[in-house]
Amino acid sequence: MDSTRNTTLADLHSGEQATITSLGRGSGIQGRLTALGFTPGAKLTVMQNYGRGPLVVALRGARVALGRREAGAIQVLPLPI
Amino acid sequence: MSDCHTPSSNQASVVQAVAGVPTIALAGQPNMGKSTLFNLLTGLNQHVGNWPGKTIEKKEGFFKHNGREYHLVDLPGTYSLTANSPEEVIAREYILRQKPDLVLAVVSAANLERSLYLVSELAALPCRLVIALNMVDVAGQEGIEVDAGKLSTAVGVPVIPLVATHARGVDDLLQAIHMELQSPTQKERSMPDIRADHRQVRSDLEVLILPYLPPGYPPAWCALKLLEGDAEMQGLVRAAVPAGTSKQVDDILLKHDDAFLAIASGRYAWIESMLRTAVHGQRAGQISITDRLDRYATHPVSGLAILAGILGLVFWLTFTIGSPIQNALAKGVVVPLASMTGTLLAGAPFWLRGLVVDGLIGGVGSVLTFLPILMIFFGAFSLLEDVGYMARAAYVMDNFMHWMGLHGKSFLPLFLGFGCNVPAVLGTRTIESRQARLLTIILAPLVPCTARMAVLAFLTPAFFGPNAVIVSWGLILFSLVLLVVAGVILNRVLFKGERSAFVMELPLYHTPNLRTTGMLVWQRSLSFIKKAGTTILGISMIVWALSVLPNGNVETSYLASVGRALEPIGRWMGLDWRLTVALLTSFMAKENSIATLGVLFGGLTKAGLAQTISAAYSASTGLAFLTVSLLFIPCAATVAVIRQETGSWRWTFLNIGLMLALSVGIASGVYAIANAMGV
Ligand SMILES: Nc1nc2c(ncn2[C@@H]2O[C@H](COP(=O)(O)OP(=O)(O)OP(=O)(O)O)[C@@H](O)[C@H]2O)c(=O)[nH]1
Ligand SMILES: [Mg+2]
Repeated sequence: MDSTRNTTLADLHSGEQATITSLGRGSGIQGRLTALGFTPGAKLTVMQNYGRGPLVVALRGARVALGRREAGAIQVLPLPI
Repeated sequence: MSDCHTPSSNQASVVQAVAGVPTIALAGQPNMGKSTLFNLLTGLNQHVGNWPGKTIEKKEGFFKHNGREYHLVDLPGTYSLTANSPEEVIAREYILRQKPDLVLAVVSAANLERSLYLVSELAALPCRLVIALNMVDVAGQEGIEVDAGKLSTAVGVPVIPLVATHARGVDDLLQAIHMELQSPTQKERSMPDIRADHRQVRSDLEVLILPYLPPGYPPAWCALKLLEGDAEMQGLVRAAVPAGTSKQVDDILLKHDDAFLAIASGRYAWIESMLRTAVHGQRAGQISITDRLDRYATHPVSGLAILAGILGLVFWLTFTIGSPIQNALAKGVVVPLASMTGTLLAGAPFWLRGLVVDGLIGGVGSVLTFLPILMIFFGAFSLLEDVGYMARAAYVMDNFMHWMGLHGKSFLPLFLGFGCNVPAVLGTRTIESRQARLLTIILAPLVPCTARMAVLAFLTPAFFGPNAVIVSWGLILFSLVLLVVAGVILNRVLFKGERSAFVMELPLYHTPNLRTTGMLVWQRSLSFIKKAGTTILGISMIVWALSVLPNGNVETSYLASVGRALEPIGRWMGLDWRLTVALLTSFMAKENSIATLGVLFGGLTKAGLAQTISAAYSASTGLAFLTVSLLFIPCAATVAVIRQETGSWRWTFLNIGLMLALSVGIASGVYAIANAMGV
């Protein structure tokens, strides 16, 4: 596993896929995130990221909107396209 | 995922067959079709109330199947049973403490992976469980096939395929429920387990807390909730265990503050093993309708344009269809009814005639004519919600809401506020952060509700003739600008510009269900009629009584004395004592100002109330009155829910004070400017 390829969810572009490596800490919404399918190892697709404003992410068969700051706290490993 | 558990099973247990009317609780994540199923089963035989001590809607109802009666309770939609929000606490406490005879878990076949998450929690609770596999039609369209039989065997719980919107599968479901209620034993159930590396911690905790738990709380489950960082459960345990144990528990939790991930991973691993056996066909990466629509609906530019278009359409519909109906009702029903009753009661004592004609018909009757406006607005809102659009609206508004330190989720309750501020304040429950929630609550009364807009629609044409539309829109727009400005300032002053987290599901688009919308419109209408028949009726009667006591002359009545006492303040805004009194009574319900004026101006002449009033006052007074009415302190019902939801009188009074200062200040300014401009 090449750890330099680790990045945050907020840095992924529309259409990119990635695996979650960590949810980050202290945001106080981890409970929400896990219930919505965000767990380490889960695969996601970025449906929408216009570089500003919230993102839309598809994971576990559902679409979830996520604030930019929240997405910035989530570490992911991009999957080769 | 080799480090994950193998599903464990609990013992088959002997349970009592249910006697009497069994209680069934409907559980499920949001948007799974719970309410659709609930409405389908109970029809109009349902009651909407509140959960004890909470202001979250509690829906209960009864239905019959094969001559047997059942009691159905709609639990709030929750993603999990961890106390992330009051809804989750309600749902789990209901299941643990009230012990329904059966829990009916509604899941979506189109999205089993996510919707089974709640089931993975329910399966661990000591209750009879049946799974309603809803939306098999949507799954079919997406090329997903779920084998209900295999899923049932895998979980160890009956699974019945269903299309709630077309009542397909309901008989099978009810039959399965009946069988399950009759069965003397509970089948072995597969349950998720915490990831292997945390099992020891879980059982350590379990042993520690075991002796102290309240009855009905399964120790293993409580231990899991503790590890998940569930504040509610931590509080419960801390209160129950001795100090030494409490310290030990805290130490364990501190050391394993990442355990929530092991638990969630364990649940998803369990779900994945269920899916492997029961789900065939994968969405082959094809672009669904939802994704295609979202390219426009959630686009930063076209998304906003679509939202503006939709909102414009909703208001246009509400007022171009609603207002004429309202006018027709006022002129065609209320006025003739008043004069007819007046003639009929000609021989009756003066107080009886006054009470009925002025108090009842003039007051309550005028207010009831607002019903069509209310129905159209809530119908439109419910349709948008039902289609799945409202989440998109929240999404595109997110950037904009940031100015106020809020995020997209605050937009929905505020928008709901256009219908009525009470559901707006209640709707803030979906906002996780307390600060964002408080701010949204405080801002909600600045959204003009249908009652206030109806007052506007009622009076502006009389005062401003052909310019009425511009004046109304101007005033509404003005209060929204005020909302944003107040939001920006309050956020700076009260919360030092902090911003809260934003996570929200975007549901699949659905074709709307007319039954769902019809039901909501029906319930809102009912509660409005109830309000007209109680609060507004009561106030109308009191206003009328005060207006004729002590000697039958309005000018020298008690009401006139109250009004005259406050008139100095009213004068700032160009209001005489009548308008001042009308404004005061609007505190009980916004529509009351019309009802009060109806009483005060007595006899509803042929010209109608609005014309009578506009003849009595100048346009600048009219404008100031409309302004202050629009911004005046929230109505009693709203104040009550603000108090309940903020849990503090300080916030409540802060809110009232803010609205009072804004309304009187701005209306005085408007009056001065309008006079200076010679309006
Ligand atoms: N196609 C299809 N749509 C359905 C089915 N069941 C429900 N729906 C639709 O799904 C949407 C959500 O249904 P609701 O009954 O409001 O869902 P809920 O579980 O009560 O949601 P919350 O109240 O938010 O928890 C509505 O638009 C329904 O019309 C179904 O079987 N098939
Ligand atoms: Mg519902």
